[in-house]
Amino acid sequence: MGKWSRRAFIGAGVVAGGALVVGVAVRQGNPIDKLSPLLTNGENEQLLNAWVKVDTDNIVTAVIPHVEMGQGVYTALAQMLADEMDADWSKVQILEAPADMQYVSDSIARDFLAPDLQVPALLEPTVAGGILELAQAMGLQFTGGSYSVRATGQRAMRTAGAAAREMLVAAAASEWQVPESEITTADSMVSHAKSGKSEPFATFASAAAEQSLPAKPKLKSPENYKIMGQPKARLDIPEKVDGSAVFGIDADVPGMKYAAVKAPPVVGATVESMDTTTAKTMPGVLQILNMGDFVAVVADGYWQAQQALNTIDAKYSKTENDSLDQDAIFTRYATYLDEAGEDGGDMQTEEGDVAKGFANATTKVEAEYKVPFLAHATMEPMNCTAWVRDGKCDVWSGHQAPVNARQAAADAAGLPFEDVTYHNAYLGGGFGRRSDSDAIIMATRIAKAAGYPVKMIWSREEDTAQDHYRPSATSRFRGGLDKDGKLVSWDNIHTHLFDPKDAPTVPYYNIASHRIRKVDVPMHLRFGPWRSVDHSQHGFFIESFVDEMAHAAGKDGYLFRRELLAESPRHLKVLETAAKMSDWGSALPEKHGRGIAFVPSFGSIVAQVAEVDMTGPKPKVTKVYIAADPGFVVNPDGFTAQMESGMVYGLTAVLYGDITVKDGAVQQSNFHDYKMLRIDEMPEVEVALINGDHERLGGGGEPGLPPIAPAVTNAVFAATGKRVRELPLSKHSFA
Amino acid sequence: MSMIKLNVNSQTREVDADPATPILWVIRENLNMPGTKFGCGIAQCGACTVHLDDQPIRSCSTPVSAAQGKNITTIEGIAAEDGTLHKVQQAWIEAQVPQCGYCQSGQIMAATALLKKNPQPTDEQIDAAMAGNVCRCGMYGRIRKAIKAAAGIDQPAKVEA
Repeated sequence: MGKWSRRAFIGAGVVAGGALVVGVAVRQGNPIDKLSPLLTNGENEQLLNAWVKVDTDNIVTAVIPHVEMGQGVYTALAQMLADEMDADWSKVQILEAPADMQYVSDSIARDFLAPDLQVPALLEPTVAGGILELAQAMGLQFTGGSYSVRATGQRAMRTAGAAAREMLVAAAASEWQVPESEITTADSMVSHAKSGKSEPFATFASAAAEQSLPAKPKLKSPENYKIMGQPKARLDIPEKVDGSAVFGIDADVPGMKYAAVKAPPVVGATVESMDTTTAKTMPGVLQILNMGDFVAVVADGYWQAQQALNTIDAKYSKTENDSLDQDAIFTRYATYLDEAGEDGGDMQTEEGDVAKGFANATTKVEAEYKVPFLAHATMEPMNCTAWVRDGKCDVWSGHQAPVNARQAAADAAGLPFEDVTYHNAYLGGGFGRRSDSDAIIMATRIAKAAGYPVKMIWSREEDTAQDHYRPSATSRFRGGLDKDGKLVSWDNIHTHLFDPKDAPTVPYYNIASHRIRKVDVPMHLRFGPWRSVDHSQHGFFIESFVDEMAHAAGKDGYLFRRELLAESPRHLKVLETAAKMSDWGSALPEKHGRGIAFVPSFGSIVAQVAEVDMTGPKPKVTKVYIAADPGFVVNPDGFTAQMESGMVYGLTAVLYGDITVKDGAVQQSNFHDYKMLRIDEMPEVEVALINGDHERLGGGGEPGLPPIAPAVTNAVFAATGKRVRELPLSKHSFA
Repeated sequence: MSMIKLNVNSQTREVDADPATPILWVIRENLNMPGTKFGCGIAQCGACTVHLDDQPIRSCSTPVSAAQGKNITTIEGIAAEDGTLHKVQQAWIEAQVPQCGYCQSGQIMAATALLKKNPQPTDEQIDAAMAGNVCRCGMYGRIRKAIKAAAGIDQPAKVEA
């Protein structure tokens, strides 16, 4: 916590009703000049975040500056705060922070500014403006990059909880005239054993706010955790089983109408003309709008709007990509890689002498891998409700960066940030898709044109064909083995680097010389962060090639990786755990296979073993064993669920995920041609969690994904002898 | 447009709608019951599942005219009158099934329909009944466990509140 305490202090105040509010702020004169103008306010240090309040009913409310999209962040962050505060878990509530500059997730910024951690550059510059410029620098109130627990939780929520506890203790000591050291706290009560006094936190809430602020509140050591590390039931689940949970699409604004939209199939085209002859006669239709970059029909009901939209014959402008097909895209990748040749491209990592390594290698292996574009396919299609009137704008949606959404709406409405209110709801899946503000901007523009509140809903077809995709990519490898079958040189060049920068690197593997380069290839499709971002491609590339090298060395894939991790005991333990769970090495029936893969990402170390049954017409993944070490697991059941979820998201992509381009447009439209894994294909899953480092926590939302693709394809190789170098598996025949 | 009489969650409701309107949009927009979700519009994902006379149907692809004279049951209508959750809902909480939660109304409606017809389903029967419902968060393993728990076939380890 040293880094934190140098730059931060605790702020507190009393709000209406005598509640104590504790926050964490950034000190004025903060060395980061760029941030100061927005983070300080005149002469006083400004309270930046309010994280916790205690009300008169002794309810402790944790204010969560992150959004809930199923990852369990509300619960995990509340656990961290409540534990440090010694709160009674049954009386802890949560409140999602409003989309306000006061709730900038400064702990994410802190990690960004810290040299030893990376923050994903997930905040697209969708609109201009000072706040967005800052957002790019520090990640405003953003949920992504598996960051909530490891950054906000570890650095802010725990600190605020511990500070609140110390202030309550100080207030009680003053009131009771006893030393602070004799006071204990537990279950939202302050007690003094000698005098037998015991009062709820609420009694001292107001007095606590008057106490001097602890500069460095003492955090618990792991053996004293009571709530952290426990599998607490998620606080958001009850309202998700009775239909009462409110998602963005459920926004209910009096007098609102409904909009259906269609953008030109080829990104970059504009709507030149449209024949609305039929549409304008259809029941319920109120307005038909040519917005330039899309067509919108506003009607009394969504279905009416969509039906009318379907009849509109729109003509689009020509673009330079109108004849581009998927094969040409991969050909373009190959051309750029060929042009980079032996020594071109942008160097990302170079260690040791690769040329010398290859000169001394006795076995050399080359391989090229390809992965397709992928859509997010959140179950809740993109949507947003907006109302622009009288110099004000209200916007309702589910977004991973609410402050970004608010700024995007402000720009679209032509209003100052202060005149926009953004209302965030539950996200019906995020996976990175809801970090972009395209839907926010479209809905705000429609509402501005319409003059009344409008709920815009994308059809599934629009959601699939107008996504911001996980990029397709090609990656080429050369590897060298010495006479003992040891991996001594590694040379990789690939076509894409988005985020995070460590995705193509393998610092945990002991390889004497390695070099990793990239080439940037222009592409008209919009890219967006897709769960685990670049690790989703590079995990497959790297762990497939490691397997190929193991095979070339005549070694078992697990034992080969053991050798590479021999000097990294924490990594090794994760690999060993997964192997042991799967009874690695034991016999399997004919045409069955087992594959292993190992991918550290977002601060967590994950190994997976997949078992496949190749006896049928298509591959069947029967079992997946997952071992994960995220440092410390705050909520074991929640983290386990994230491992299962990330794995399934990745498995869907391995089996089916394939967005393809024809004539410049995406060909897929709905779940019949962009297939999802379903329950009848769900493998049995076992998850083992390891607490390997209590200080530095890793993420949970994404790290479960990257290992599954190579674990499955390595298993397919073990079962059939066929090496899959291009995903998805549905492209291949195993007959 | 025409006046259509419906029976939704044991209540008689009248709506002014085009008879071709899918039940989904009538429930969500005319009746203001947003628990039933829109996912795909072509009966591919199951997010919109409701019961029509106890049969699970995809409300996004069933015209409201087909519901005249029949009983529609939605996620808002399966708990007991005193608010006690349906055993499937309870099992869903105990197994901590939902993540984002968006598909869960449809999943729960599919599961309740299954158990009504077949109180002791086999794994294969669970798969067959639930394969029409996509969960993008991938909670299929927990869905299976919760259905078995609701059926009394086995009990998942309960996560403490």
